[in-house]
Formats: sequence, C-alpha cells, structure tokens
Amino acid sequence: MTESTSPNFAGLEVGQQVAERAVSVTRDTLVRYAGASGDFNPIHYNDVVAESVGLPGVIAHGMLTMGVGASVVEEWAGAGNVSDYQVRFTRPIPVPNPGEALVTVRAVIGALDEERRTARVDLTVEHDGVKVLGRAQAVVDCD
Amino acid sequence: MPVNPDAVGREYGPFEPYEVTRVKIREFADAVDALSGAHVDVAVARAEGYADLVAPTTFAVIIAQKAEFHVVVDPEVGVDFSKVVHAEERFTHVRPLVAGDVISTTIHIDTIKQRAGISMVTTRAELVDADSAPVATVVSTLAVREDA
Repeated sequence: MTESTSPNFAGLEVGQQVAERAVSVTRDTLVRYAGASGDFNPIHYNDVVAESVGLPGVIAHGMLTMGVGASVVEEWAGAGNVSDYQVRFTRPIPVPNPGEALVTVRAVIGALDEERRTARVDLTVEHDGVKVLGRAQAVVDCD
Repeated sequence: MPVNPDAVGREYGPFEPYEVTRVKIREFADAVDALSGAHVDVAVARAEGYADLVAPTTFAVIIAQKAEFHVVVDPEVGVDFSKVVHAEERFTHVRPLVAGDVISTTIHIDTIKQRAGISMVTTRAELVDADSAPVATVVSTLAVREDA
C-alpha cells in the first residue's frame, strides 16, 4: 500500500497560495550548492573573479535559486510530483560576506488543467523586494 | 570569436552513464532546502511508491550540465565561457530520478539566436534510463556576450 502525496485536484482554485518560504542565502549556502551540483564557476565564491567580470561581488547560482523555488513547491506537491518546471534568470542575487541575502518564495496556483489533472504553480521569487526569476512556473501532477 | 550559428543541430553523446546515488540525492536536497522525507529516508520514499530515494526536481541539472560542458568547449561552436550568463532553464520529467538510476544523456543544440551583441544558445539534454526509456528533458539557454 502506498500513500499518494500529490495534492487533491478537486480542492484547488486559481489564485490560491499553496506555499511560501523565506530562505537565507550565505556564502556557506553557495559552497554547499557548488559541491552538490558540481557547478564550480568562481563567480559564486570568489569576489575578485566576480568583480573582474563586472559583478558587484559573489552572486548566487541561478540554479540554486531555481532549486530552492522547486523545494518550496515540492514541499506542498509531494516529492516527485513536479513534472515540468521552468524559469528565466532575470536578476543576480549578490551574497555578502559576512551576512546573508534573504530570498522569498511565494507559490500561487496560476492555472488548472481539468483533463490532465495538473496545476500550474506560478512562483514569485524576490530579493530585496525585486523579482529575480521571470516566468517561473511549475506543473504539478494532482490526484 | 562569436558563436557559430551553423552549430545548430549538432548533437553530442551519449556519454558515460551517470549513476544516481542516495548520497548525492541527500547532498543535493540539503543544498536546495528540499525538505521532503522521500529525499533522505528510503522507508518514506518506498511508502510513497518509489523504488528508492527521490531526487529533487532540479537534480537533473547535475547530469545536464556535464553534457552542456561538451557544447561549451567545442571550438567549432565558439562559446567564450567567461562571457556566459545563464538565461533560462526548463526541466520536463516523464518520471522523477530515483537512487539506483543509471542515466545516459545526449545533448542537442536546438537554437542559436543572435541580436544586439548577444548570442542566445539553447541546448536540450535528453536523459534516458538503463532500459533507454525517457526520464527527463533539460532545456537550457545561455546568453553569450559577443563584445570585446
């Protein structure tokens, strides 16, 4: 007997907020993500390199921000129930040292597909009150 | 040297298969704050109907970026990695990756659009399992500055 974790389609409404989380991103977070993902681009840990390519300093991996957004959706949707997920990377997130960059993620039902029993979840991901991801949408398989 | 628009349609791979492990899934889940028990606890994953630990949604980027590397270093494509910014990413899953999967990947250059000194290079990584069944597609767009 398996317990389904996917959301019940019948109870969902467009505009409904399904998840929200504030995430603290520090240099430690970036080092962990670099190791876990294998993305060792030095702009994500070395200020000298970051400044040499015109950045204000070390910035977060776009894929870290995207991954954190997915985690917020997955916590609601259940592991393995996000079948499609896309984003545009519109603004970098500078990560100070010492200190932290606060990233907020809000997930709202954007559309419902009755036939496929899927929900499109629209993510608003912000840092310092400014959106850092564009067209961030996840498709969740529902029961 | 600018990106070569004639590189559209090139494909690379399949490469040495990538083995999805419990250790890497737990490490990645920790790195992206993925809190579901099915990422870390085998018993929870099995109770939810999976064969083993479930990888977070964007875990496939590990596999896709290894494949994309072959595009970036191809001198006939002409991407200067120091001028690259990640512009877009999309994951489409037939099913989630689980620990124990052995994944083979081929990568395709789908489009190269050039305007205003920027080349937008879109690649598509196709991930299949040990039975050659499709698991996921990862589409990634890199913006490459062509200025000096």
